[in-house]
Amino acid sequence: MNYHINHLRELESESIFIMREVVSQFQNPVLMFSGGKDSILMTYLAVKAFYPAKVPFPLLHVDTGHNFPETLKFRDDLVEKYGLRLIVGSVQDAIDKGLVTEEKGFNASRNSLQTYTLLDELEKGKFDAALGGGRRDEEKARAKERFFSHRDEFGQWDPKNQRPELWNLFNGRKLMGEHFRVFPISNWTELDVWQYLAEEEVPLPNLYFAHQREVFERDGVLLADCEYIQKRPEEQVFEEMVRCRTIGDMTCTGVWRSNAATVEDIIAEIATTRLTERGGRADDKRSETAMEDRKKQGYF
Amino acid sequence: MESTELLRFTTAGSVDDGKSTLIGRLLYDSKSIFQDQFADIERISARRGEEEVNLALLTDGLRAEREQGITIDVAYRYFSTPKRKFIIADTPGHIQYTRNMVTGASTANVALMLIDARNGVVEQTRRHAIIASLLQIPHVVVCVNKMDLVDYKEEVFNDIHEQFEAFAAKLDIKDFHFIPISALRGDNVVTRSERMSWYEGPTLMYYLENVHIASDHNFIDCRFPVQHVIRPYNDDFHDYRGYAGRISGGVFKVGDEVMVLPSGFTSKIAKIDSFDGEMEEAFPPMSATILLEDDIDVSRGDMIVRVSNSPDVTQDLDVMLCWFDNTKPLQPRGKYIIRHTTQEARCIVKEVKYKLDINSLHRELEDKTLEMNDMGRVVLRTTKPLFTDPYRQNRITGSIILVDEGTNNTVAAGMII
Repeated sequence: MNYHINHLRELESESIFIMREVVSQFQNPVLMFSGGKDSILMTYLAVKAFYPAKVPFPLLHVDTGHNFPETLKFRDDLVEKYGLRLIVGSVQDAIDKGLVTEEKGFNASRNSLQTYTLLDELEKGKFDAALGGGRRDEEKARAKERFFSHRDEFGQWDPKNQRPELWNLFNGRKLMGEHFRVFPISNWTELDVWQYLAEEEVPLPNLYFAHQREVFERDGVLLADCEYIQKRPEEQVFEEMVRCRTIGDMTCTGVWRSNAATVEDIIAEIATTRLTERGGRADDKRSETAMEDRKKQGYF
Repeated sequence: MESTELLRFTTAGSVDDGKSTLIGRLLYDSKSIFQDQFADIERISARRGEEEVNLALLTDGLRAEREQGITIDVAYRYFSTPKRKFIIADTPGHIQYTRNMVTGASTANVALMLIDARNGVVEQTRRHAIIASLLQIPHVVVCVNKMDLVDYKEEVFNDIHEQFEAFAAKLDIKDFHFIPISALRGDNVVTRSERMSWYEGPTLMYYLENVHIASDHNFIDCRFPVQHVIRPYNDDFHDYRGYAGRISGGVFKVGDEVMVLPSGFTSKIAKIDSFDGEMEEAFPPMSATILLEDDIDVSRGDMIVRVSNSPDVTQDLDVMLCWFDNTKPLQPRGKYIIRHTTQEARCIVKEVKYKLDINSLHRELEDKTLEMNDMGRVVLRTTKPLFTDPYRQNRITGSIILVDEGTNNTVAAGMII
């Protein structure tokens, strides 16, 4: 008898272990929900981890106010289906109250403003662990991220002062005011996520599948035309068959020319594609260490 | 969907032995590097005035590392082939990074060691092998790299092979393999080298895809540390009491007679449950939920085992400890928090038996101070019984970490003797 589980089952088992560990080691965890496939996967794994009990922590969505409408609809349906608790933090509120200043100009994005609202909501909810869908294969600064990532009282990440993680032993002890970011799907790659979502037949927002959309091109990246992005005079809008590889705020989520209509098509596309999924993220292009800098400030 | 196994391997090596280049080569030749990543390192290589695209840049991420040109922490890399998915724990090899090597080694199926063909077995090689042995990595593959710089000579490879064997005879490593490679030129990494026709073994990639890892877990001694108790409190699952956790050893089957530690109560497995339905059996590394026939008190930290096969129930631990903390050494008579499976207790350091020289395995009996990156044999006394196995039998139930009560930092990792 050969006792053996495939890599997707092993990753699933690891992620479920981490989620159960979080509930046991922390008093008030929260799951960061962005509306993207990674946070949908996380929600699905959380449902599995605590079945048949309800997911014992709420979802927190930081709404930049610039979301694809499809994202919000999908989120609300998901919450309804699994009987989840949802908290929405609004970047628009923070702007209206003058707590943060909106970027101006052609490349203006509320992406960096999310950090403020995120930290504010974590503080308001007295959350001591925030579960995130970050993966180590996404970006070079994330390759060294721990499952249990310690943050100081300002929410900052210190890459030099992270706790070693060995075997199955995770140390979530902390001082008052400190909290943790926890990344249960650290070891999944983009392809793993898609293969798993396909195998499990998890419903996904239509944005991930090829559809006709009004787009324009900027710095080699296609962006969805919308009222939140100021176009340069030379930027022409045209219609194209596209899909999203990641879903974030509309101002910084690139869309891709694609005919992939099903998850299987997407897997075939990824298996042959030659660009990383964050290659379409305008926010990572700002400098060589853009992600590392944002992480240190408390962004994921 | 095809069934793909997951293999975790660790690489340790210094800046100069071509480790980053080898990893870059594995990623590049297995087509796991994307255009934008490649364009990125191409641009950086050019800006630094390097002639060729430096594949090593793929693996050093953080700014501090780029500036210093060294890897200072454990970085995880991913690639897959149709047969397997690979997770690489890439760690630096300098003596001051022993703790990172130990961390990377703790979950690895395979240790990949690099030897520079020009230098042969050096102190660092010995250190890696000793750590692989102490951490019980099931398989070790030794890559003799830079064969291009020794004219691909068989004698050089054979000499190093012998040197290594002679030294490794003292170690506790179950499975060794030697491969002559050139990471820079790609010889025997993914494709067979035509320049070393004398070598008849597999390429590194073939080895990684085929090494037998199905027996790396312990499937004999049933161990289920209870992680979390699931109580739905709703009408559909009124009296449901599920013990959730990850199987650490053995195969649990419905109907098995089991014992709960520490209470010693016995019962039978009524059900093994999951979101996807009930299962007949569960084994490592699965996460599962076990329901018992009898209503007995079980909580986090307890362990479900077979009646006839129980771990050691003990408050006295004899461990090989690796010290991690850079602010202060292990305190004789010091008190720490100890974590073992899903248990947490406090412990006191009863005795430091010796410090181990991790370059020679020499036991130092005079100076027994354990500072950062030191290893030593230590006796601990815990405030409550832990349910342990020797690390050699089970890496999960045989391992512990120590946490400083003041700072909450993880200050040591230990293997139970």
